[in-house]
Amino acid sequence: MPHAIERDEVLRLLREEQAQLVEVLPPDEYADEHLPGAINIPLKALDRETTRRLDRERPVIVYCYDTQ
Amino acid sequence: MSPRAASRLEALGFARVYDYVAGKADWGSFGLPLEGLRPSRDRVGAHARTDVPACGGDERMSEVRERVRAAGWDTCFVTDSRGVVVGRLGRAALAADDDVSVEEAMTLGPSTVRPSLELDKAVERMRRQNLTTLPVTRSDGVLVGVLRREDAERALQAPADT
Repeated sequence: MPHAIERDEVLRLLREEQAQLVEVLPPDEYADEHLPGAINIPLKALDRETTRRLDRERPVIVYCYDTQ
Repeated sequence: MSPRAASRLEALGFARVYDYVAGKADWGSFGLPLEGLRPSRDRVGAHARTDVPACGGDERMSEVRERVRAAGWDTCFVTDSRGVVVGRLGRAALAADDDVSVEEAMTLGPSTVRPSLELDKAVERMRRQNLTTLPVTRSDGVLVGVLRREDAERALQAPADT
């Protein structure tokens, strides 16, 4: 089951474990603003092909705008 | 949306998946940088004056007044031990008698904005409410600084870098 994490843990995973950030919002919202270094894979496009660029050995952090 | 994305990634075989539930709204509200077409310079955080004085509720008014004036300000934010804004001393409060405590003189719970708020929206609010300054706090309530209307209006009028 995925772990829900807060900002401090995001920062730690980025700093200590080279975590990968994935914004799952539509491309226009990603283009407007995103976390530094994040890549964009919209929720509806999450499949084997689009996730091929993610390193399976490193943590993956997904996020959207807020809790909605 | 992100919980569904996290579950989807796990179903695709990713072993270490984390869901940053509060998302980029939380990130920006905490004053952390964002990248993209809407640059940070269009947001309150880039224009907040961080040298605004702060004091504790248990300090003596005479000392606070002296410090605030020496720093060239006419307002001071009252913060708790974690830096969370609990009140504000405006001009009138700073002129209060020395035997009045900071806690007694301050205005409780001033309205605040986040560093991620768009600058034009902050100015719109200041004009509507006839405010000359707005305190800026992180999402946990810790003081970042203060946005002065004159600074914000000047920034909005300045041409964007190309």
